[in-house]
Amino acid sequence: MSGLPSDQKSWTASQTVSAVAGGEISAEAVATHALQTVDKLDPQINAFTDVTADRALSEARAVDEAIARDEELPLAGVPYAVKNLFDMEGVTTRAGSQINRENAPASADSTLIAKLKGAGAILIGGLNMGEYAYDFTGENVHDGNCLNPHDMTRMIGGSSSGSGAAAAAGMVPVTLGSDTNGSIRVPSSFCGLFGLKPTYGRLSRAGSFPFVGSLDHLGPLARSAEDLALVFDVLQGPDRKDPAQADKPVLPTVPELFKGIDGLKIAVAGGYFRQKAMPEAFQAVDLIASALGAIGDIEVPEAARARAAAYVITTVEGSSLHLERIRNRPEDFDPDTRDRFISGAMVPAVWVQQAQRFRSWFRAMMRELFTHVDILLAPATPFHALPSGTKTITLDGEEMPARPNIGIFTQPISFIGLPVATVPVWLDGASLPIGVQVIAPAWREDLALRVAHHLQTTGVSSAPVAQIQ
Amino acid sequence: MSEPFDEKAHVAHMETVIGLTVKDDWRPVVEAHVAATAKAADLVLSFPLDDELEAAPVFFP
Repeated sequence: MSGLPSDQKSWTASQTVSAVAGGEISAEAVATHALQTVDKLDPQINAFTDVTADRALSEARAVDEAIARDEELPLAGVPYAVKNLFDMEGVTTRAGSQINRENAPASADSTLIAKLKGAGAILIGGLNMGEYAYDFTGENVHDGNCLNPHDMTRMIGGSSSGSGAAAAAGMVPVTLGSDTNGSIRVPSSFCGLFGLKPTYGRLSRAGSFPFVGSLDHLGPLARSAEDLALVFDVLQGPDRKDPAQADKPVLPTVPELFKGIDGLKIAVAGGYFRQKAMPEAFQAVDLIASALGAIGDIEVPEAARARAAAYVITTVEGSSLHLERIRNRPEDFDPDTRDRFISGAMVPAVWVQQAQRFRSWFRAMMRELFTHVDILLAPATPFHALPSGTKTITLDGEEMPARPNIGIFTQPISFIGLPVATVPVWLDGASLPIGVQVIAPAWREDLALRVAHHLQTTGVSSAPVAQIQ
Repeated sequence: MSEPFDEKAHVAHMETVIGLTVKDDWRPVVEAHVAATAKAADLVLSFPLDDELEAAPVFFP
């Protein structure tokens, strides 16, 4: 067995599986290296809130024993970490808050962690996030801000901030995040990662702390599209503990990747998605569209209304979830989330019910649109990662608050639960990445992943590890 | 929705109805969020929906 390779920091999950399953390196050595990398880099990045070192080494030894018994594990020895709203047995689930860390440690792993463990992956720890997932910036008053490994003066993006930072910095090849309005896709864009927000109802959310039940999704972030597929295939499967999980058969996506973009009709989302952004967002979409031979723009009607409806549903459901806490101990919240949860508790019921009814209208319209195309492309964020502390931004001559507008292009899509693979783009001369959403019809994650994989293998999209001194 | 929406009056009324604490230095931000939500809701409510169009709740008896 060889010693630790010097480039392990840039290993993908599939490279790790190949090396561990092939006997080139032990899972214990991989886990030890990952823990050492976290020790070295995290003081600068602040991605981790909990490091599960003992568990990681124990799981790694178990994987090595299984390999010795010739067991096949699809994620043998792959180190990963999770947004700290996932239950990790024996660890208190913070959900980015001060309040929840008073809770007892979780008595069991969340469903998705249990699946990864069963596949031979190694849990390295829990990751920083915006409080209760109500955030696009990556800032957290309780645990400190998580910094962008590509430029520490810039926002990391949230709310799955640590999930972006840990993968971009090469501490682990794969992380799990959650996405209600863009919280996987925004950090994927700002950190230059591949991210998968599956179809709403696809993956079990059992054992994760909720935010907005109507819109919450869980999914992976990684430095390769193949890794997204590898992990997504493991994460699927029925779980009666999530009442919103749909009764759908498992969709193996890894075997589909080789098909590339053959036969796919790809278009750019027009109208709303071609306005109010900085030039880099449109340049990235155009680059991807050209590489894919897209047929041109196709109008997505009422996307602004879809975003508005998602906004209303989010503030109301989030505030309902936290009502007793926001009543009884508002000063224990992060001020940025507190004021929004207070506001959301004051919304007339008819506003949110109309938003939910409009959701049905928008879904029907998008179903019809997807009878004409297989894939839609749209910016993931309207700009590169903003300088930390940015309060306002001017887009199309209109000055607007920066924070809520980071998600203007992600919100209309998650509103109706469509699957999205975010692909990172490095424009010529740019020192920062930016993401493009590859949007597929409901239940067709395979199509989005095929496109993402094609873009990576042709060199149009890439996710290099950030160089941190 | 009645025009113009008065976010100050709405917050003052609802904080009592719901039993919330809104400290003086929080109030302007809370009012701004309520105004933003009202603006978003106005956009949603101004769209005509057919009577038979229902929300899509997840509830399996």
